[in-house]
Amino acid sequence: MIGIVDYELGSVTSVSNALSQIGAYFTVGRTRTELAKCDGIILTGIGPAPAAMTSLHDQGLTAFLSSLKTPFLGVCLGMQLLYSYSEEGETTCLKVLPGTVKRMNHAVCKVPHIGWNQVQLLANHPLFEGLKNPAYFYFAHSYAVPVGPSTTAVSDCGVRFAAAVSKDRYFGVQFNPEKSGDTGLQFLKNFAKLCKSLPR
Amino acid sequence: MPNYANHYLDRPSSERERASGIVIRNALPEGAVFIGDGMFMLTRSIIAGLEVLDGRVVNKTKFDKVADVGDPAELSAIYSGEGADELVLLDVSASKEKLPPFFGMIERVAKRVAIPLSVGGGILTIDDIIRLVSSGADKVFLNSMFVEDPLLFARAAPWVGPQALVAAVRARRQGEGWVVDVKSGTEQTEVDAIEWAKTVTDCGAGELLVTSMDRKGTKDGFDLDFLRELTWRVNVPVIASGGTGTKEEMADALKIGEADAVLAASASHPSELSIRELKQFVASKGLPVRL
Repeated sequence: MIGIVDYELGSVTSVSNALSQIGAYFTVGRTRTELAKCDGIILTGIGPAPAAMTSLHDQGLTAFLSSLKTPFLGVCLGMQLLYSYSEEGETTCLKVLPGTVKRMNHAVCKVPHIGWNQVQLLANHPLFEGLKNPAYFYFAHSYAVPVGPSTTAVSDCGVRFAAAVSKDRYFGVQFNPEKSGDTGLQFLKNFAKLCKSLPR
Repeated sequence: MPNYANHYLDRPSSERERASGIVIRNALPEGAVFIGDGMFMLTRSIIAGLEVLDGRVVNKTKFDKVADVGDPAELSAIYSGEGADELVLLDVSASKEKLPPFFGMIERVAKRVAIPLSVGGGILTIDDIIRLVSSGADKVFLNSMFVEDPLLFARAAPWVGPQALVAAVRARRQGEGWVVDVKSGTEQTEVDAIEWAKTVTDCGAGELLVTSMDRKGTKDGFDLDFLRELTWRVNVPVIASGGTGTKEEMADALKIGEADAVLAASASHPSELSIRELKQFVASKGLPVRL
């Protein structure tokens, strides 16, 4: 069963709806106790980074989330929170991955970067199974992570940025798979499969 | 005339960027097609707009008659399957009578589709905005009340993020420029439309939905001058709405008006023009679309 982290400002509705559509087993949890028994964790988020980190601290989830043994998928803000630091509100994040989340540059693209963009998949990753390469995904964000060693997929809106990252059992995507139509549902199915949370 | 696409292609390619291009090319798995440096681009979105009255999708004719077109969730699923990039539900009853928004219906639609869903009409408070977002709406369209108080965007943005706030700008040509209209165009202000658009984006609106009031309803096309002027003066995505709904006109709004997205409202109802057809037409004009 996948556990979706429910915290202030995080919209769990869209991800829940998408997981229902693919028939995955999931639950929504606010506490460590609820989430620790899950076979995979999804952290999504729509609010600004400082408020998100404050909520995760208040719910006692930061240490838990940064030392998971089960697969973890960070979506949009959830991916950004994996990094050491975000320029958004000068926030210290979960430090699972080294690096800084940066404000996107107004000079090269419209900010927020909202809409469907192509994503170039860089590796034959289990999460990319059954996807076209490049694939179209839906984005809605103002901050992004520069391409680095953990990058597994890239996109470009005048400047290239990391569209997907991974380290051990941690995965992050800058796009919103739950809003990316059939391609996004396929991606979530792959994650659910990895968490053994799809009915056989 | 400045051109966004050219800016994009002419941008200087730094050493670092070129280096990362090589890294990426070498990292590609076998069989993958490399798209090339700077060749990705945000696609232009074709948004399907559904007008909703008392929980049903309706099609308003020019004689103010209302035809029942179908169930919002069913139709949303059809448009999503046809390739609509986003969906917009406009509560036409609420925008007239200021009824509270229609949370249950939003929940039902959000459960059926997996593409971005926006809601407009009758949204009056930050509570409404938060409740709509937790019902499954990704964005809310906000209109007339914000003319008097653009700072409401600044108050709403920390709760839902700027990407969830779309400012609807209704503009009417006046002399050399454009002014903002409120209350579905029945009331005119002296507020400069472009200055106002800049103010609301500074306050936290993440997108602008543009309707040219002197054109809408009379069905004689988009105000391409306004669209282009606005696209160049603000730095957030611009959605064009209005016009007669022909594919030529919508392609013009994207190509000449340089809008980032076009809202295909009543024209997109099944009997008229299909989303797929429209997207193919837009692609044939050399614009990037998701097909």
